Amino acid sequence: MSILDKHGILEKNVTLLAIFAFLVVTIGGLVQIVPLFYLENTIEDVEGMRPYTPLELAGRDVYIREGCYVCHSQMIRPMRDEVERYGHYSLAAESQYDHPFQWGSKRTGPDLARVGGRYSDEWHVDHLSNPQSVVPESVMPKYGFLQAKLIDGEHIQDLMSTHRLVGVPYTEEMIENGRVDFLSQANPDSDYDGLLERYGEAVNVRNFDGEPGISELDALVAYLQMLGTLVDFSTFEPDASR
Amino acid sequence: MSDNNEKRDDLDYETTGHSWDGIEEYNKPLPKWWLMIFYACIVWGIGYTIAYPAWPGVKTATAGLLGWSTRANVEQDIQNHEASLAPINERLASVELTAIADDPELNTYAQNAGAAVFRTWCAQCHGSGAAGATGYPNLLDDDWLWGGTMEDIHYTVSHGIRNEQDADARYSEMPAFGRDELLSREEIAQVANFVMTLSGETPPSPDLVEAGAEVFDFNCSSCHGEDGTGDRFQGAPNLTDAIWLYGGDYDTIHETVFNARFGVMPPMGGADLNEAEIRAVATYVHGLGGGEASEE
Repeated sequence: MSILDKHGILEKNVTLLAIFAFLVVTIGGLVQIVPLFYLENTIEDVEGMRPYTPLELAGRDVYIREGCYVCHSQMIRPMRDEVERYGHYSLAAESQYDHPFQWGSKRTGPDLARVGGRYSDEWHVDHLSNPQSVVPESVMPKYGFLQAKLIDGEHIQDLMSTHRLVGVPYTEEMIENGRVDFLSQANPDSDYDGLLERYGEAVNVRNFDGEPGISELDALVAYLQMLGTLVDFSTFEPDASR
Repeated sequence: MSDNNEKRDDLDYETTGHSWDGIEEYNKPLPKWWLMIFYACIVWGIGYTIAYPAWPGVKTATAGLLGWSTRANVEQDIQNHEASLAPINERLASVELTAIADDPELNTYAQNAGAAVFRTWCAQCHGSGAAGATGYPNLLDDDWLWGGTMEDIHYTVSHGIRNEQDADARYSEMPAFGRDELLSREEIAQVANFVMTLSGETPPSPDLVEAGAEVFDFNCSSCHGEDGTGDRFQGAPNLTDAIWLYGGDYDTIHETVFNARFGVMPPMGGADLNEAEIRAVATYVHGLGGGEASEE
């Protein structure tokens, strides 16, 4: 009597059946998921990636809260038409500090993975306040109310700690200065040397929405203007094995 | 009850040997054709994982015998495309700007390629039909802020306007006469009334116009010209043509004088567009209707 003939034991015992069914599914999951954690070419090392600055992180939260991902993806696929329209295809490394990632599954609007620097801040303010004023055929809702919602970064350090908990390499110093960095990025008259020291010289320090005070619009535009600009693709050598 | 019991052929089959409360289970095998396809799928699956990247190893996954890679594919795709266009792109990038229009083949190519570039890179601000929007110039008319010759357009597209990324960007800055307290509120009201008369509009307070003319003379004419026709060298708009970038009503003009405007255009040269693409889009914009002949 071979082992195959013993399935009657499993079929007659529902608890045992559940346990073995779970084991089988677990093996399938492990084989697919576990290698991604240790294979070297899952996330390649690229220069320039850094955690989001506190203001960008706050803007990212606005982006998620308003459901921007429902219509906008942040994932340029490796196809000629997408590369020509949006820029270099997205790398896994570019989403490594995203919790959760914003790849999206549908494009009602264009992909935003490389929207940073493509338009002026003024355009973003005009466009977010009234998309149809610059793109008449757009179906995007208006987000002008973001400009009226002032934020002071009260909980930004907690937010950064939470992101560190899930693996974003915020240093102790970054979190300690979270509030200061948050306030200085939107104020070009402030002393923002520390911000540049911690996050790199390329960080945009501007009054993004052109109005006094830090609004959610400031944070959102700061986030958008950084998207896809971190990796310097002139020095990037794609690993062909992917 | 049905009466087709005599059609039953169940008795020819073996049972599985299972019996529950006297009910037995027949062992009816799957059809042969189905089974063969099932086995074929398994074999094909194994072959597939050998031919294409699949199995995880210690450090990397197997690359597959066919050497298939999305990255290599897209790179090849782009290279093939660029190679097929290389001859005409090289020609487009090397001829005199003004000679593009004289070469029918080059001109047709530049117009069409430029239209594609425009829709990808310019339409978000200037509109998909190039009619512009409030604060973003209409490119269909012959009212140019910085000039409408091929050279002017080419320069504007390459370097942009008032941006921080390109040191050669076109630059000028109107003073914020109100915010920076260069003019009193009274004077601003006067000059706003006067500016409306330049293009033949009726100002809300005609009695202020005369005083406004004086304010204009002292503060505005150095850029906008004594007659208000503007200066393309400084990107100072013509105020007499009733074509407005931000609006020609009293409130908007007042706002413009009080806080000034600072429209920014990003540079398209550098990382975004190559020379042939810039020339193509310049040709397209030049051909939209308002293009001016180059001075010789």
